[in-house]
Amino acid sequence: MVNALVEQLGNLLGDQMIACEQAFDEVTIEVAKDDLVDVAMQLRDQDGLQFEQLIDLTVVDYLQYGLDEWATDEATGSGFSRGRKDISESKPKWSRERFAVVYHLLSISLNQRLRVKVFIGENRPTIPSVISVWNGVDWFEREAFDLFGILFEGHPDLRRLLTDYGFVGHPFRKDFPLIGNVEMRFDAKQNRCVYEPVSIQPRVLVPKVIRENEDTIYVSDPQSLKESLKQAQKGESKDSVNG
Amino acid sequence: MAEIRNYTVNFGPQHPAAHGVLRLILEMDGETVVRADPHIGLLHRATEKLAESKPFNQSIGYMDRLDYVSMMCNEHAYVMAIEKLMGIKPPKRAQYIRVMFAEITRILNHLMWLGAHGLDIGAMTVFLYAFRERESLMDAYEAVSGARMHATYFRPGGVYRDLPEKMPQYKVSKFSNQKKVDELNQNRQGSLLDYLWDFTETFPDRVDEYETLLTDNRIWKQRTVGVGVVSPERALQLGFSGPMLRGSGVEWDLRRKQPYEVYPELEFDIPVGSKGDCYDRYLVRMEEMRQSNKIIRQCIEWLKENPGPVMLDNHKVTPPNREAMKNDMEALIHHFKLFTEGYCVPEGEVYQAIEHPKGEFGIYLTSDGANKPYRLKIRAPGFAHLSAMNEMVKGHMLADVVAVIGTQDIVFGEIDR
Repeated sequence: MVNALVEQLGNLLGDQMIACEQAFDEVTIEVAKDDLVDVAMQLRDQDGLQFEQLIDLTVVDYLQYGLDEWATDEATGSGFSRGRKDISESKPKWSRERFAVVYHLLSISLNQRLRVKVFIGENRPTIPSVISVWNGVDWFEREAFDLFGILFEGHPDLRRLLTDYGFVGHPFRKDFPLIGNVEMRFDAKQNRCVYEPVSIQPRVLVPKVIRENEDTIYVSDPQSLKESLKQAQKGESKDSVNG
Repeated sequence: MAEIRNYTVNFGPQHPAAHGVLRLILEMDGETVVRADPHIGLLHRATEKLAESKPFNQSIGYMDRLDYVSMMCNEHAYVMAIEKLMGIKPPKRAQYIRVMFAEITRILNHLMWLGAHGLDIGAMTVFLYAFRERESLMDAYEAVSGARMHATYFRPGGVYRDLPEKMPQYKVSKFSNQKKVDELNQNRQGSLLDYLWDFTETFPDRVDEYETLLTDNRIWKQRTVGVGVVSPERALQLGFSGPMLRGSGVEWDLRRKQPYEVYPELEFDIPVGSKGDCYDRYLVRMEEMRQSNKIIRQCIEWLKENPGPVMLDNHKVTPPNREAMKNDMEALIHHFKLFTEGYCVPEGEVYQAIEHPKGEFGIYLTSDGANKPYRLKIRAPGFAHLSAMNEMVKGHMLADVVAVIGTQDIVFGEIDR
């Protein structure tokens, strides 16, 4: 079923589809910002696609993608390092545009799902709104604006949604601290609420680690995986001998 | 001549009919609503951001606190998203237990909705009736997880532990004597499954009781028929799901259309409305309770006959049992690693949706190969429903706003996240 959808997408969207990926029985396509509304219209109305529903819109901030706080790959004679390194001081590994706006679509009539991704840069994070295609996207775009600072051009009412009245900053960006910037209390002398810089320190309870060896590959049947890995390794070593 | 201007009413955030902390700015023309502007976010706890700072398993508890009247269903989506990303599948028995509790949760949710919705538009009795049955099901939650609400019972790879062989019993106290206690313990003599079986025997009659109070009630019909009508086309456009979509006549249920766990093996029907008003959505939810009851019975029958493991035996993901830990070094290491660092999930992104009592509840999980989610997005059904509030109440009377809030089955835990 997924393959048929991929074929259909290739035929109908053509060059407007920058990339197409299949994983976990899910299809992801990438679209350029300028093509978005046009593609959205096609996705909704073309036969064979018919994505009548926009289920979800969200943003991923890739600023700290692939960075860890605790190196675990070189534990030899010297052992693991004891200290945690601050993730914000590491050099970013992500080489593409910082934000991805992710749309999840659902077709009720054809019973299929699709994920559409649009990458946008950090300097001018604007993207055309798809509210004319799927009216229900209204609040999802407001939320993305509120939490990530993405500007949706053409949205009729782009106000903050979840954060406090008068909130400063976009809290779900990766460079926004988990503890926030300000705290609020009621001041009895002034007889009103006052905002002050936070008085607590940020702390990490469990450092983020990335392990990429064989032991971290989880499958229902570890035994068969080990065997297949062994065979793959044998194949590789043979190749290298031949090469 | 005096100028006539619209009047603006501030409804909530502290109002019994606001179902939590909804603030509505209502622009009124006399008693008719011209525009409704919901202000949300008063319960925003940044669950998604918090989850990014914790190992995967430590966020299961946060899921309970999203939609706090259907706790285990939230866990279900989260746990299944992790499993999908890791490529593991829980044992069959665990899947049956999960489905059984997902359906128990559906009944819990709909009972809460029924009680609150009734109370909002003037039916006091049904609230008391609904909470009587909720209490019995809460006891099942408690028996299996130790907590009446925030269970944290589902885990990646299965469920935390097997169903208890003995149902906890009431004891004699200064409030209840032996005779009373015996009466209360009558259905608690066997296992949890026996207790639930006993519940499912009587529950359809109880639903009949609620229906006697409401379905043909003149006042109930006056308050719900023709109120908040949504056409199927608009329902799709606005991103509706669950009973809100089915009430408008679209036959769509993820348990059937995109089945997960053991739903393909179970027999149940999907009720669909025809007019898309509050009354149809009420009828849909009532029937869903009966269907859930049917599913629970099928699960109990299967579970009674098929003992087995309820957790994967892969100790890179699931903790080893206590006994092994005392004797086996390997098991101790696994336990230590799992509870300090957690497990690393392979790089990738998945979207896992389930048929939540309120609609499609989805988890979009991005992992960069670490022991914490890189990004977690919770797709809450109520969020899409509430955003259509303006369209649903426009042109109705002020009192109907309350009926619409009720019919949307709003819980702020999931909307504000």
